Amino acid sequence: MQFGLNESQEILKQNARQFFAGECPMTYVRYLAENKQPYDPALWSKMAAQGYTGIIFPEKYDGLGLGKVELILLMEEAGRALLPGPFWSTVALAGAVIDAVASDAQKTKYLAPICRGEARSTLAFLETGATWDLADLKLAAAADGKLTGEKLFVFDADVADFVLVAAQTGVFLVEAQAPGLCITPMPALDLTRNFYAVRFKDTPAEKLGDGANLIRALDIATAALVGEMVGGMQRVLDLTVDYAKMRRQFGKAIGTFQAVQHKCADMYLETESSRSAVYYAAWALEHDAPDATTATSIAKMYASDACREVGNRGIQIHGGNGFAWENDLHLYYRRAKASEAMLGDATFHRERIARLVIDSVPIAGCGN
Amino acid sequence: MDLNLTSEEMQFRDELRSWLTANVPADWEQRREESLESRFEYLRAWQRKLFEAGWAGVSWPKQFGGRGANLMQQVIFWQEMALASAPPMANTLGLGLIGPTIIAFGTEAQKTRYLAKILSAEEIWCQGFSEPNAGSDLASLQTEARQDGSFYVVNGLKTWNSYGWVADWCELVVRTDPNVPKHKGLTVLLVDMKSPGISVRPLRQITGESEFAEVSFRDVRVPVENIVGNVNQGWEVAIGTLMHERGTFGAGLQITFRRNMERLIELAGRLRRNGNSAAQDPLIRQKLAQCYADVEIMRWNQMRAFSRISATGVPGPEGSIQKIFWSELNQRLQQVAQELLGPYGQLEGISPHSVDKGTWAYGYLRSRGNTIEAGTSEIQRNIIGHFVLGLPRSY
Repeated sequence: MQFGLNESQEILKQNARQFFAGECPMTYVRYLAENKQPYDPALWSKMAAQGYTGIIFPEKYDGLGLGKVELILLMEEAGRALLPGPFWSTVALAGAVIDAVASDAQKTKYLAPICRGEARSTLAFLETGATWDLADLKLAAAADGKLTGEKLFVFDADVADFVLVAAQTGVFLVEAQAPGLCITPMPALDLTRNFYAVRFKDTPAEKLGDGANLIRALDIATAALVGEMVGGMQRVLDLTVDYAKMRRQFGKAIGTFQAVQHKCADMYLETESSRSAVYYAAWALEHDAPDATTATSIAKMYASDACREVGNRGIQIHGGNGFAWENDLHLYYRRAKASEAMLGDATFHRERIARLVIDSVPIAGCGN
Repeated sequence: MDLNLTSEEMQFRDELRSWLTANVPADWEQRREESLESRFEYLRAWQRKLFEAGWAGVSWPKQFGGRGANLMQQVIFWQEMALASAPPMANTLGLGLIGPTIIAFGTEAQKTRYLAKILSAEEIWCQGFSEPNAGSDLASLQTEARQDGSFYVVNGLKTWNSYGWVADWCELVVRTDPNVPKHKGLTVLLVDMKSPGISVRPLRQITGESEFAEVSFRDVRVPVENIVGNVNQGWEVAIGTLMHERGTFGAGLQITFRRNMERLIELAGRLRRNGNSAAQDPLIRQKLAQCYADVEIMRWNQMRAFSRISATGVPGPEGSIQKIFWSELNQRLQQVAQELLGPYGQLEGISPHSVDKGTWAYGYLRSRGNTIEAGTSEIQRNIIGHFVLGLPRSY
C-alpha cells in the first residue's frame, strides 16, 4: 500500500505549478476579473498544448489518457493560481459527462475538440429550485426532441461552444448558435468564474444518452472541484503564514501569538485533511472502488466547510489588510463560496452520505 | 499511488488473521465491567500467548525478540488486533515506548537484562515523566537525582503514571544538574519500583476508575548503570520515547471508531425520534454522516502519513495533525452518541436498562482525556505552528 504520489505524478504537479505561475500570475487574474473578460483564448491554447484539456480522456479522442489522480493534481495547481474561466466546466464537468454518456460518434464530434482545445463547454443542471438532487430535475425534452425551459447557475455558459443539459429524460447537447437559446449573466460573488441563466424555447437538442452514467461523471467533476478547492486553501494558508511571520505588533511577529498560531494550525489541518480526502476519492473513482461515490461526497462535504473556514481565518489573521480590495484573499474567498455551493454543499453531501451508509440506497441516475 | 495491499502485506495479514481467529479469547467483552486490577492478570496471560507465537513487539528488531515488521506490517497488526476485538496487551508502555527507547539508547547490558521480560510481560513498565508542576512544560520537571558514589539518590513526585499501580519498573526522567538551562540538566533512569522509598497512590479519574497513579520518591537509590543514554542528555532520550507515542497504534484506533460509528447507525435504526425512526431524522442523519465522514478522513490521513514514513523514513507534515484529528473527532462522536441515546447514554453498565453495557456513558467521559493525554491539543497546535509552518516559538 502506498498512498503517496509516484514520480510521474510529482512531475506533473510540479510542471503544472510552474506553468500556472508563469502563465497565470495574480496580476493577470485581476486583469481578466476587472475587465470582465471571462477567459483568454491565448492561455487556453497554451493549456491545450500541455495536454491539460484532454488530461483524462482516451487517446483515440486526442486526450492524454491519464487518471483521476492526475486530474486532481492539475486542478489543485489551477486552484492555487485561481485560474479564471471555463477549464473546470469544460474538462472536468462537460468533458466527463460526454465521456460517460455519449456514443463513440458523439465523442469524436464533441469530446475530441475539447481535448484539442478547440471547444469549450459546460453543463446546465440547476433549475429554479436550485437543488442538486437528480430526482428534482423538471426540464424534459418534448416529443420532437426540442427543449423549452430554464437552467440557472450555469458556469461559463457564454463562452461555451455547446451546452450540455441535464434533463429528466437524459443528457442533451445544445449548440451555442441554436435557435431559441438565450444566455444572460447572473452577476455573483466570484469575479473569476461566472454564472449564467440559460433559457431554451423550442431549442433543438441532440440527445447524448441516458442519465444512468451521469452520477459517475458528476462524481469526477466533484472530485476535480475539490482538488481545485484544496489548491485555493493551500494558497490562502501560505499567504496567511507569510503574513503572520512578517506583520509585527507589540514588537513581535503576530505569528508568535498562540491566538494566531493556532488558527494557522487549524487551517493546515483542514487543508491537509481535504487533500487526503480528495486524493482517496480520486483513487477510488479511478479504480471503481465500491466506496467511490461515498468517498467523493465525503471529500466535497469536508472541503466545502473547510474551504470557507480557511478563508474566514485567513482574512481574520490579515486584519484590516484582509478586508482590503487590493489584497488577493477576497478573490479566493469569493471562489470558495461559489465552489462550496456548486455540486452540493456540506449539508447536501451529508444527506447523500446518509443515504449511502445509513439507508444503504445507491444513488440513482436520471432519464431512461 | 496504490492503495491495495501488496501480496507480501496480504500474506502478513492472512497469517496474523488466522492466528487471531484461533487465539483471541472469547470472554474479553464480558469482563469489561471488572476492575482494572482484576483484569490485569488476564491481559498478562494474553500478552504471553502473543509473545510465544512471536506476535509481541512486532516492530522490534528480530535480534531483540521482535518480528522486525516494517511500518505497513505494524499498521496491519494494529488494524487486525482491533478487527478481531483482541484485548490490549498488559505491557503497553513497555512494548510501545520503553522497549524501543532501550533499543535505541540503552547499553548492551540493559538490553540483555530488560527486553525479553518486557516482551513476555514478566515485568510491567510505567513512565515517570509528568509532575504536578510539569505537564506540557515537561522540561521544567523538578524530581532530582544526586550522585552518591555508584548510586543516584532520587527525590520528588511524579503523576499521571499509566500502569503505575502495577508496574515493576519505571522509565524515570530526573534533574541531575539544576544549574544549566532546563532541557540540559535531565537524565533518564530505569528504576525498580520495589526500591525502598517509593510509594504509589492510585489516582481516581473522571470515569471513577484508576488507570493512573501518583508515585513519590524519597531517597530512592538507583545504581548508576541504570542510566539510559548519557548523564544530562535525558531530554533527547525522553523525546525519543515520546516520538513513539505517535506511532502506528492509531491504525487500530480508527477501526474502533469505525465500529462505534457502525453501532451508532444501527442504534439510530432502532430508536424513535419525532414519531419516526431516528435514522430518518434529518438532524441525526446530518450528525451521523459528519462523524462517519470524519472517521473515514482519519483513515485517509493516516494512510498518507504512514505511506510518507515508509517511503522517506521520516514523518511528513501530515503526521502532526493525527493526534488533534482523532482526539477531537472522538469527542464529537461521543457527543453524537449522547444526543442519539438521550438519557440512556448516561446509564452505567450495572443498570438493567443500560445500552451496550454502559460504554457510551464511559466513553463520553473518557474522551475528555483524549485532547489532554500524549500532548494536549494546544501543544499539538504549537508543534504545527512552529515546526511545520515555521512560525516563531510562542513561549
